Amino acid sequence: MTPVGTSAVSAAWRGRAGVIGLIVAETSLFAVFVVAYLFYMGKSLNGPFPKDVLELPIFITVCLLSSSLTVAFAVGALRRGRTHAAGIWFLATVVLGAIFLIGTGREWYGLIVGRGFTIGTNLFGSTFYSLVGLHASHVTIGLVMLTLLCVFAFRGALRHEHIERAELVSWYWHFVDAVWVVVFTIIYLGRG
Amino acid sequence: MSVLPRTMTPAAAAGTSGSVLTALHEWVVTVDHKRLGIMYVATGIIFLVVAGLEASALRLQLAWPGLHLVPPATFNRLFTMHGTTMVFLVGIPIVFGFGNYLVPLMIGARDLAFPRLNAFGYWILLFGGLLLHFSFIGGDGLYGAGSAPDVGWFAYAPLTSPAFSPGNATDYWNLAILVAGFGTIATAINMVTTILTMRGPGMTLGRMPIFVWEILTISALSLIILPPLSAAQIMLLLDRFLGAHFFDTQAGASAVMWQHFFWFFGHPEVYVLILPGFGFASEIIPVFSRKVLFGYPTLVAASAGIGLVAMGTWAHHMFVVGLGSGLSAAFTLSTMLVAVPTGMKIFNWLGTMYGGKIRFATPMLFCCAFLFQFLCAGLTGIMLSVAPFDWQLSDSYFVVAHFHFVLIGGLVFTIFAAIYYWFPKATGRMLSERLGRWHFWLFVLGFNLTFATMHVAGLLGMPRRIYTYPADRGWEFWNLVTTLGVPLQIAGVVIFVVNIVQALRSGPLAGADPWDAWTLEWATTSPPPSYNFEVVPVVSSRRPLWDLKHPDDPDGPHE
Repeated sequence: MTPVGTSAVSAAWRGRAGVIGLIVAETSLFAVFVVAYLFYMGKSLNGPFPKDVLELPIFITVCLLSSSLTVAFAVGALRRGRTHAAGIWFLATVVLGAIFLIGTGREWYGLIVGRGFTIGTNLFGSTFYSLVGLHASHVTIGLVMLTLLCVFAFRGALRHEHIERAELVSWYWHFVDAVWVVVFTIIYLGRG
Repeated sequence: MSVLPRTMTPAAAAGTSGSVLTALHEWVVTVDHKRLGIMYVATGIIFLVVAGLEASALRLQLAWPGLHLVPPATFNRLFTMHGTTMVFLVGIPIVFGFGNYLVPLMIGARDLAFPRLNAFGYWILLFGGLLLHFSFIGGDGLYGAGSAPDVGWFAYAPLTSPAFSPGNATDYWNLAILVAGFGTIATAINMVTTILTMRGPGMTLGRMPIFVWEILTISALSLIILPPLSAAQIMLLLDRFLGAHFFDTQAGASAVMWQHFFWFFGHPEVYVLILPGFGFASEIIPVFSRKVLFGYPTLVAASAGIGLVAMGTWAHHMFVVGLGSGLSAAFTLSTMLVAVPTGMKIFNWLGTMYGGKIRFATPMLFCCAFLFQFLCAGLTGIMLSVAPFDWQLSDSYFVVAHFHFVLIGGLVFTIFAAIYYWFPKATGRMLSERLGRWHFWLFVLGFNLTFATMHVAGLLGMPRRIYTYPADRGWEFWNLVTTLGVPLQIAGVVIFVVNIVQALRSGPLAGADPWDAWTLEWATTSPPPSYNFEVVPVVSSRRPLWDLKHPDDPDGPHE
């Protein structure tokens, strides 16, 4: 039942406004970790330094950014009522996101186990692992939601009337991608 | 739930249909904004009493030079718990509790946009509060060091590092405020969404009650300022548990970084608390002056202005760390700038009262005291915004007096006004005017005895957070008077609680609109049914109830 005093249009905007609010708060959260990273750049007293240990994660970046496209296709397909196609696009998004996470995991494994570089090594370690880790945790949350959408789509539970909710998940996913653009720029392109 | 008869509180209604357990169950599982609002405010009042008792112990210790009633370590814990509790577990829940209760009623909505998220916000905040206070017994940690946190409510680095704060007390502070903060962010999202998307027919943004504008402003502000505190607290957690170095000067980090992050939250937080107080005053003063609010658009613009400038003032808490003359000047100017919109508001309220037919009922009494006391708070604020003046008085009792004038003289007084004003709406019963007057006069006298004298002790050089002091500094008289104000305030609050209990049991029935008010919440029964409005009135001005009562002379054409 639509609550008193609201129309279907405003019900749709309710979800959107909520997610925009969440994204504003998340932006503020990430901004502080970004500021910490930038402020402590070059202030570590001992190595390793970014240029010694970081390699450009081109492949997984391409995967993650492409997943913004696939999730948009998924939402588009759902809007046209083609739920099976939507399911396939959601699956593609999940796979691309999972590749990104595995890539981050491999990078961390190499750094921690291979080089003994941890969050406690120096300021670079503290700011690097916290910022990348915060982003990876958001990717994980996004993947859980996308996986649910994918499963629902293939089981026929996701229908055209759920377009609003699916679209909100895609907004969150675009946000996570946008954050990666910033992280990639300041950490990897700015590694000196 | 069925429609409640207007004479019954929701609790009483539930009690008649089953046992106490049934009623408790209904309150625990509720997602109704009115019940959650009442739970928020009640939780806030309980923590107000707890933190007030902590402050009373501090004042007893400081009443006379050289006393040893409270050991120094306990003194540190008490002022830390007092400050933390007052800001995060009294101010925030009461302010958002009123937002919870009033916003949907004022804009003609059925509930908040996300009722279950709303319940989550309340319960996670309560959990945070209980976690913080559990530190009294659980804070020892493995090292047998300390019980409750003793790092001050702003927990400066490097005092919070494991070397200086062993044990788990600081972690209780950190985790409790972190989870409570998540609850507040959730509630802020809920408020913004509700106000932007769920207004009733005709309720344009320009017709919203000022209180709703204030809640919109502080919710939007909270979305931007609370996450930085959460981020800093996550960094502190990483420092303390995983050996990270965010605030570790030994590893080349900056301890001042914490201060920047904390105060980027901490200063706007003051506005998050005080703006709803302005909202209460802006609703109550017109009704008891029998006049339209003077300068509605300027009041809205002033709120938005305060919200914006708030985010550029934080480092005035940090003048003494040595910001350099450029930054000091910039933050002096931005802080002074806040005085402009705030001063505008004082004129809005005075202009509303000017020429009005003023009724000095208890809510109005508290609002009048608020006007004077908040003006004092604002003036000492301008004094402290001047960096060289602040260098002299930073961390002195002058600062303590200043922010207590803001948060008690400004906020707590308007909260009392709001409780006297909206209690009849929430319960269907009137509070006693006679007890209300006793409460008002005792509290206003006690408050000014306690906090006005603190200015003098501060000017005479008394630093804050000392647990005792020698007799030859000229502070003993002022401290004695300060402490003597405490029992008057306690008596006021006791009378207030008695008033509430008595009114709940046998207060006179209020009816839907006991104050002859004009905003939408008075259009429904007291207490309102769970669905709020049978038919939401179509709003065509800022005073929808005036229009209903005076169809021959509606407000619309005059706005």
